[in-house]
Amino acid sequence: MINVITLFLFFLLVGVAFAIGRMRSLFAAVMLSGMFSLLSACLFVVMDAVDVAFTEAAVGAGVSTVLMMLVLNLTTDKESSPIEPKVFPLVVALVTGGVLLYATQDMPHFGDPNAYIHTSATANHYIHNSYGESHIPNLVTTVLASYRGYDTLGETCVVFTAAVAVMMLLGRPKREHEVSRKKREAILQVGSKMLIPYILLFALYVQFHGDFGPGGGFQAGVIFSAAYILYSLVNSVRETEKAAPREVIEKLIPMGVLLYAGVGVWCLLKGGLFLEYNALDPDHPAHGQHLGILLVELGVGITVFSSMLMIFYNFALRGRP
Amino acid sequence: MNYLGILAASTPALEGDGVYNYGLIVVLMMTGMYLIFSKSNMVKSIIGLNLFQVSVIMFYVSMGRVDHGTAPILYTQDQHAEGHAFERVSASEELVMVAITEDQGKDKKKPKEDRHEAEIKHEGNVYSNPLPHVLMLTAIVVGVATTALALALVVRINEYYGTIEEDELEEKESTI
Repeated sequence: MINVITLFLFFLLVGVAFAIGRMRSLFAAVMLSGMFSLLSACLFVVMDAVDVAFTEAAVGAGVSTVLMMLVLNLTTDKESSPIEPKVFPLVVALVTGGVLLYATQDMPHFGDPNAYIHTSATANHYIHNSYGESHIPNLVTTVLASYRGYDTLGETCVVFTAAVAVMMLLGRPKREHEVSRKKREAILQVGSKMLIPYILLFALYVQFHGDFGPGGGFQAGVIFSAAYILYSLVNSVRETEKAAPREVIEKLIPMGVLLYAGVGVWCLLKGGLFLEYNALDPDHPAHGQHLGILLVELGVGITVFSSMLMIFYNFALRGRP
Repeated sequence: MNYLGILAASTPALEGDGVYNYGLIVVLMMTGMYLIFSKSNMVKSIIGLNLFQVSVIMFYVSMGRVDHGTAPILYTQDQHAEGHAFERVSASEELVMVAITEDQGKDKKKPKEDRHEAEIKHEGNVYSNPLPHVLMLTAIVVGVATTALALALVVRINEYYGTIEEDELEEKESTI
């Protein structure tokens, strides 16, 4: 079944995607790509993927747009290459698109409950047994932190590695420099001052309520860092560094990964397998699952928060060449 | 409550089932791919890469959707401590969870059409598939981490060569 809202959002997305290609101004293209992320987050909500929508809205429309803005500030915001379409890439895109369109004819229909993905043993095990095994109503959290715990540990390590790599590339600028603001905007300052405590509170809610509603470590980490990034954008990075010193943030990045892996080792010491949370509380396996998932999500949240903030610091304090 | 989802479900459905969603996703994906290949501006290429990534994520998420389904967060009446408290109604409706109570037990014998009616009346809640959501959620965060790395490389390239256009870069490299 496909309905009007889904189609409307899809066509808006296609329109925005084409507009990004046409834009000469990189500033406009970056803003449009933020809009693209927000629209796709709406589409994810319509398609019942609330956790994905949450992440996409926080990451795509928030952090990555800010990072691209900072890069435009360091480089240039005008595209100098010619706008007319290039033939070879167009042919490649059209041919690949045609092949993919032909292939999608074999896909199960949109929303078909009989599709193999829904009838396979894996999905059914998650839906039918996960509450009995962990007492957590949000299936996404259970699968993320417990059933696929190794996977998430790996992804936390990827975030950690990316943060380290950005620090190596941009960490030691020749001269630290910040765009000086001639006039501070009073309205923005007062407005953001009222917003920031609630953003932080909301991030904590998302972190610890992730078992029962949409949310979890990834989203909470990004939202928590967004509060600091907002403060830096309105005031200055130097003032933010007083609240969240670089030395502390630097050390928090590996701390989250260590906490995650540490829970795995704790399970080993308790006689279970690596990341087998049942072993944490042998009498009540579900309590063990609860504790394990809480700690693991906290580890993810800490690493994502500190990585995002550190990446932001490195971009923001890099001087123009 | 998923208000946007409810709103979407209450709007009239267009005629017929189909795979339109995949078609539109392919269009988005190819727009991203065209941007990556055709633009010599590196920031534009990275935006293209992001478009491509979001389309792939959308592809997976749309596969996980089930008609008349809701977000995979269990309602209270579906929160049973024992895994076997749920019973598969029929092979075609495995995602429908029906708690075994005495009156609902009779429903199982009914033919498929009647079950479908009951499903719409929310006797058993239907959940979308959580597995694609989990895989894509982590992919988004890893995506922003790799985007940050790519942007850091762009900044360093600009510091060294003074340009972020690939063709200008090649000219400068050949003169060095």
